[in-house]
Amino acid sequence: MIKLVGVEKKFGDQPVLQGVDLTIPVGKMTTIIGGSGSGKSVLLKHMIGLLQPDRGEVWVDDVEISRLSGTRLNDVRKRFAMLFQGAALFDSLSVFENVAFPLREKLRMKGPEVVQRVEEKLKEVGLTGMGHKFPAELSGGMRKRAGLARALVMEPEIILFDEPTTGLDPLLAKSIHDLIVAMQRRFGFTAIMVSHEIPEIFGISDWVAMLRKGKIVLMATAAEFQRTTDPEIQEFISVGGTVALPGSRID
Amino acid sequence: MNMIERLGAWAVMRVREMGRMVLFVLSSFAWLVRPPFRFHQIMKQLHFIGYRSTFVVVLTAGFTGMVLALQGYYSLRKFGSEGLLGSAVALSMIRELGPVLAALMVTARAGSAMTAEIGIMRITEQIDALDTMAINPRQYLIAPKLVAGVLGVPLLVAIFDVVGIYGGSLVGVDLLGISEGAYWNSVESAVEWKDVYGGILKSITFGLIVSWICCYKGFYTRQSAEGLGSATTEAVVLSSVLILVGDYILTSLLL
Repeated sequence: MIKLVGVEKKFGDQPVLQGVDLTIPVGKMTTIIGGSGSGKSVLLKHMIGLLQPDRGEVWVDDVEISRLSGTRLNDVRKRFAMLFQGAALFDSLSVFENVAFPLREKLRMKGPEVVQRVEEKLKEVGLTGMGHKFPAELSGGMRKRAGLARALVMEPEIILFDEPTTGLDPLLAKSIHDLIVAMQRRFGFTAIMVSHEIPEIFGISDWVAMLRKGKIVLMATAAEFQRTTDPEIQEFISVGGTVALPGSRID
Repeated sequence: MNMIERLGAWAVMRVREMGRMVLFVLSSFAWLVRPPFRFHQIMKQLHFIGYRSTFVVVLTAGFTGMVLALQGYYSLRKFGSEGLLGSAVALSMIRELGPVLAALMVTARAGSAMTAEIGIMRITEQIDALDTMAINPRQYLIAPKLVAGVLGVPLLVAIFDVVGIYGGSLVGVDLLGISEGAYWNSVESAVEWKDVYGGILKSITFGLIVSWICCYKGFYTRQSAEGLGSATTEAVVLSSVLILVGDYILTSLLL
């Protein structure tokens, strides 16, 4: 279970997170929504120790990770994977090598076992036969799929998705969402997604949390979230999350 | 904010930056001695920094030796000492021009590319991706480049020195008519182990400076195309300046 307690973060003089309290349920799909620049990606990066809070605590089960570094932080990160906005594939490696990268580098795996696991993951994300291509040769949707294959290949307990459908057309976005949901249901990992895709996220998420003015203002099941009477949240979800709310800052 | 406060803030910022630079290189070397050992990555970087810089280094060395011989010949002739041309060329090459010019060439060719490569990886979150996979970017990306710089630049300097001295011979002996025996005898009698040792020490230091500064600037690139452009420029300028300053300091210590 991931738990954030009173997390605060400033960049220069600009406060982004101002006391975030959030508990992520295990084995469920939780989506964090909020206006553009409200700090959703910053929040996500705190969960895996890419950013350290100025104040507050970040717990992954019984380990407080916000002050960890080096090998001890890496031990916690082994339980995670992350799909970045632009997929963050290594340019100099082919799709196959990208997906094989954590197996070879972390598990020191070699030979046919790597080939088998990589081919299996590429098939699951619909990229069979595309392993020889380089990231620059792939479309946006294919890059996200390759990124998802790389995230899945280590069979992590927790996967973070940072706006996985940014820059994709609605059909491609839906296919990526469907794929994420299918993988989550199949492997049962804890999924935490940052997204703007309203109302689609209500159909795929178990829990939805909203970040506003640097705090979580509502966390509820997808159905309860849509029934909220808070006028600002209602306005936000009714216009599709494309309007930045007052208090929005930087992502 | 008054001027003194601004000056103080600037000084604090610079000191903090220097501290971060020192910690950056120390932690990268510390990661180098922890398993897994990335021998393949080091070889790959040696190929990039060393082998692929050979052509430009040979070209620069050849012309530097030739022009040195040309200038030296007309200066020495005034004193009737053309026979000392070999020693003038060899000592200039081994003590000063070899380490400095080879390091500047490596900065221009490989250093700028290193900054750009690491900077793009930072902007496109590839470095964050390494972190999330529990692979330390300093161990995987930076440490092999530092080692390759420290090993590669001295090898390039050795090539630079030899090619430069042969370039001097081409002009001095073949074009200007100095006796071949006099040229090479002058080289042999003038160059001592102390000169070679000084050149090696300089080239190791300059190799470290280039790879350190260029990796650091790329690693802490600001998240924009403009940030990447200025990081690359800063890396090349700062490396070049530090090579020249370092050369003066080392020369004064070695003499």
